[in-house]
Amino acid sequence: MNTLEAAVLLMGVTGGILGVVIALAARFFRVAHDPRVELLIELLPNANCGGCGKAGCADLARAIVAGEAKPSDCPVSSREAIASMSSLLGIDPGVAEKKVAVVRCNGDALHTKVAVNYNGVSDCASAALVGGGPKSCNYGCLGLSSCARACPFGAIEMLKNLAVVHPELCVGCGKCVSVCPRGLITLVPASAQVHVYCNSPARAAVKRKNCASPCLGCRKCERQSPDSFEVVNNLARVKYSSGTLPTPELVEAIGCPTKCLRSVSGHLEQERKEAHE
Amino acid sequence: MSDSYKCPVRTFGRGIHPANDGKSLSRELPVRRAPLLENYFVALPQNIGAPPSWVVKVGDEVKKGQLLATPGGKVSSAIHAPTSGKVAEFLETPGPTGAMVSTLKLTADGKDEWTELPPPLDWKTASREELLQRIADCGVIGMGGAAFPTQIKLAPPPNCKIDFLVLNGAECEPYLTADHRLMLEQPERVLTGAAIASKILGNPRTLIGVEDNKRDAIDRLNRFAGEYGVEVLVLEARYPQGSEKQLIYALTGRRVPEGALPAAAGCVVQNVATAAAIADAVCEGKPLIERIVTVSGEALMHPENLLLRIGTPVLEAVRLCGGIREEPGKLLLGGPMMGFAQKNFDGMVWKNTSGILLLPPRLCVQYESTGCLRCGRCMEVCPMNLVPCSLASAAESGKMDLALQNNVLDCLECGACAYACPAHRPLVQHIRRAKAEIRKMKKK
Repeated sequence: MNTLEAAVLLMGVTGGILGVVIALAARFFRVAHDPRVELLIELLPNANCGGCGKAGCADLARAIVAGEAKPSDCPVSSREAIASMSSLLGIDPGVAEKKVAVVRCNGDALHTKVAVNYNGVSDCASAALVGGGPKSCNYGCLGLSSCARACPFGAIEMLKNLAVVHPELCVGCGKCVSVCPRGLITLVPASAQVHVYCNSPARAAVKRKNCASPCLGCRKCERQSPDSFEVVNNLARVKYSSGTLPTPELVEAIGCPTKCLRSVSGHLEQERKEAHE
Repeated sequence: MSDSYKCPVRTFGRGIHPANDGKSLSRELPVRRAPLLENYFVALPQNIGAPPSWVVKVGDEVKKGQLLATPGGKVSSAIHAPTSGKVAEFLETPGPTGAMVSTLKLTADGKDEWTELPPPLDWKTASREELLQRIADCGVIGMGGAAFPTQIKLAPPPNCKIDFLVLNGAECEPYLTADHRLMLEQPERVLTGAAIASKILGNPRTLIGVEDNKRDAIDRLNRFAGEYGVEVLVLEARYPQGSEKQLIYALTGRRVPEGALPAAAGCVVQNVATAAAIADAVCEGKPLIERIVTVSGEALMHPENLLLRIGTPVLEAVRLCGGIREEPGKLLLGGPMMGFAQKNFDGMVWKNTSGILLLPPRLCVQYESTGCLRCGRCMEVCPMNLVPCSLASAAESGKMDLALQNNVLDCLECGACAYACPAHRPLVQHIRRAKAEIRKMKKK
């Protein structure tokens, strides 16, 4: 036996033994794996925004396969993506109303007085701890863009110290809702085109002192359209769960005296205009 | 030379001593009783704990010292009318911290008539329960700043043996001289209150700690202390000497366990102003409706120590001192280290308001902060032996769990670290945010 034969034999035998070990290991240490999870992860947006309430896209994929969640629980995925997910698994896509965030304040630098020169940490949660924040209204937007920084989709724009949501970019993940120390941001149905841009429960006289366009709780909107609006604690609210959501035309007809009842597009337009003043 | 120089000077180590303590503005000025004002604004939760509830309504005529709000739970405290007059209205106003509170507007009738006060108690013969009940009825709370109901503090859990009653006369905050003047002018009131508190607690050793920048007050107290069985001890002037845990360590050498109350170390701490209020409540039946407030600062025309009623508007207090000398850069309720910055003069005097400060713009210099230099000066001064720089950076990057692991909740928010930081980092602000968020998470 020359050196070449010995080497080939040695390598062959070693390879054979190791092959058997690998085959045994693959058989006994096998982890059951659902290939559907991988496919679903690929279909999900992988933004890991947490809008579905799960720890991330992979977590939602596992939950969908396990039947604990529906594909429509993902607020970010398009309708087509949700349809292909449900056809992949052969399950009901579920119905989920698309939600968007709305910042219920119109207190930009023109409307709300900046009462003090706040020069601490540029973060809303920190500013709220110092004497109730720099603006004169103790309920409104602090204007230090914590929500804009938290938004993974760049849907919040700061216009003159006021956070404004762009509904076409917003996926309704709710990240901004949790960072706002004032609790100003809520998730509303995307079909709602009209909101009350004020969240102060203070008395009308106090609000008037602090802001140029607060909700005074005058009930004008409630009187005109009791199905769509209600006034609680000096503050008008759109009844989002009722069947009749108010339309921008209705807003025109009502003519809110302080113009804090606005349509989404009207609000954006107005704030844009004021930002350039 | 003062006798007190013979005494040893005690301290806790660490901490800071601000170069300009501002006390010279008002330390020599005797307390002046403020004249009766037209309106008083009494805010609802004067105490920490459960808020009390109003027992009067709009239009009611009240007498001075009449009950306005009754305690709303165990850890809660009564509120009384600062003068006689009419309940004008109830308002929502921002408190010192900016949180909205319910406030009663009382329009004075100018007669300033007392209501029928409970009869004076002879504290030497009265029972412990009677004394505690009287203190609760008179709405006495911790006047040093914490606003904790005194009757609860004087009734520690039965399994804690109290060896020391510590009276806090340190007044370590710069500018404030209210406690100094109280000890100097009315030492017997303070000592009577101390003796009453001591009796309630089963006669532990009673110590009163006073910083060595108040030698005159130490001498005054020493003249009477023997009669009341109180020892006056000298403390080094060092901030935050008046913090409960630091005071206990300096005076008794005991350390309060982490996250525990002083009772766990066998100590109860009371502010000297609280002691005086206890004396008034027990010996005269008077509820807590007024307190000494240092109205000071370089932006104020004539700094003074005023005896103000609870609910005096800040604006009126400033007017009583001759108005402002220059537009203040900052208005603070409390001391410059831990006081609350105010947006405007709309605030009012609370039971725990020890000072109203108007600092001129030149003392409110704004620094640009830079990154942490890792110099460790914040650690050198931290009275709680924490590492403020890493707590702040953990909070800044949102790692609240890391901050919690490093005992962020032990932080007193005394501000010594930020004072010492050469990079002018807003350390306390970051730490306060971390504490607020951790508390919010714990609530959930």
